Amino acid sequence: MAQKTVLHASHLAAGAKMVDFFGWDMPINYGSQIEEHHAVRQDAGMFDVSHMTIVDLTGANTRNFLRYLVANDVAKLTVPGKALYTGMLNADGGVIDDLIVYFLQEDFFRLVVNSATRDKDLAHINAQAKAFDVTVTERPEFAMIAVQGPNAKAKVATLLNENQLAAVAGMKPFFGVQAGDLFIATTGYTGEDGYEIALPNEQAADLWQRLVDAGVKPCGLGARDTLRLEAGMNLHGQDMDESVSPLAANMGWTIAWEPAERDFIGRAALTQAKAAGTEKLVGLVMEQKGVLRHGQRVVTPAGEGVITSGTFSPTLGFSIAMARVPAATTDTAEVDIRGKMVAVKVIKPAFVRAGKKLV
Amino acid sequence: MSNIPANLKYASSHEWLRADGDGVYTVGITEHAQDLLGDMVFVELPEVGDTVEQGGDCAVAESVKAASDIYAPVAGEVIAVNEALADSPELVNSSPYAEGWMFKIKIADEAQLASLLDAAGYQSAIEE
Repeated sequence: MAQKTVLHASHLAAGAKMVDFFGWDMPINYGSQIEEHHAVRQDAGMFDVSHMTIVDLTGANTRNFLRYLVANDVAKLTVPGKALYTGMLNADGGVIDDLIVYFLQEDFFRLVVNSATRDKDLAHINAQAKAFDVTVTERPEFAMIAVQGPNAKAKVATLLNENQLAAVAGMKPFFGVQAGDLFIATTGYTGEDGYEIALPNEQAADLWQRLVDAGVKPCGLGARDTLRLEAGMNLHGQDMDESVSPLAANMGWTIAWEPAERDFIGRAALTQAKAAGTEKLVGLVMEQKGVLRHGQRVVTPAGEGVITSGTFSPTLGFSIAMARVPAATTDTAEVDIRGKMVAVKVIKPAFVRAGKKLV
Repeated sequence: MSNIPANLKYASSHEWLRADGDGVYTVGITEHAQDLLGDMVFVELPEVGDTVEQGGDCAVAESVKAASDIYAPVAGEVIAVNEALADSPELVNSSPYAEGWMFKIKIADEAQLASLLDAAGYQSAIEE
């Protein structure tokens, strides 16, 4: 029996086409994935991301625990509300999951992790937390709605009360704040401005409807995938997983090597991998007809690689992809598309951000 | 419920076929097929003058989701293709049985029509 978010009935009422997403019955689109994509780039769209897992960590030693648990360093979080993107690695230096950490109070941090990896994540976090006397509490009583796009914040603002407006006023990117019943964060997975809002389950359908009435377009997982790929954001399970080093997944910037004396899970393996050299994750652009797809073979003078995520980019009008290739790969490659070798450009994996084409 | 016009013939691989007269048949994909594929982004059509075999792949529909081969429901010569799909592949989604047609075949052997499904037959095929 598939799991359903509290917004399931809202999706069905809106005519969503539903698919199984790692055990959750989720909307893939509400008619046209491409129209939903454009709504987020040009105006405002929203996604039900209630399937994602919110985990609260509490206890006096929480900061020290997180400095050991994840590869980025939560010592960087000095202002309450500030968030950090990081990989959570295994001892072999592979990526168990990527997640966002929010620093709320010195004894209270919040994690948002992927739903597809929920069980593994919770088992790992719980096992590691014991030595630090940190309490791990999953928060299934919260739904989560991501409202994204250049007009997203303005449309959300029409629904907030005076105190909530004050709480979010001037909030910089990658912050979260509890404003009444809403936990409002300036995060997202689209490369656009906007909020991710966690709120009590029983209030979610009402907020969703009020957002529809405010002109925010419901968007499915299909558009979420094309938006994140244009923004050059990784999808765990596709662009990296437990067997892949963050160094080979364009996540080098999320590894805090300094201070050298900080021990974190996977550090020794990462140090070795860095010295030995790894493959790298690049962006591919194909301006001719056709669509690059996950799993296609990439051929370069430096050796072969593979497409980890590929799609048609609605914003650019041609196909883009992320691929893991040999480190010596330069600016061109060929992709094996259904038996035909097609030339592609190799770039850094970021294609569209804040409505602007980077290609 | 998917729209399955009664005046068309169907292949179980989700193509429809419409008699235009003089042994010419127009081919496209069904509403059900476009719904499964999602938003169309490219349609690669055969060349006018190509000879196609019944059941041979002769076009590719690339949607946001996947690349799908389109098969010729009958053998014959391709005598026209829908040039409008080059700029507007979304016609396959918005109008699968009219503006979203793909190509026209001059049929080689009308006996092959007997192997195709009627609307009721296609309906049961997609309900399985």
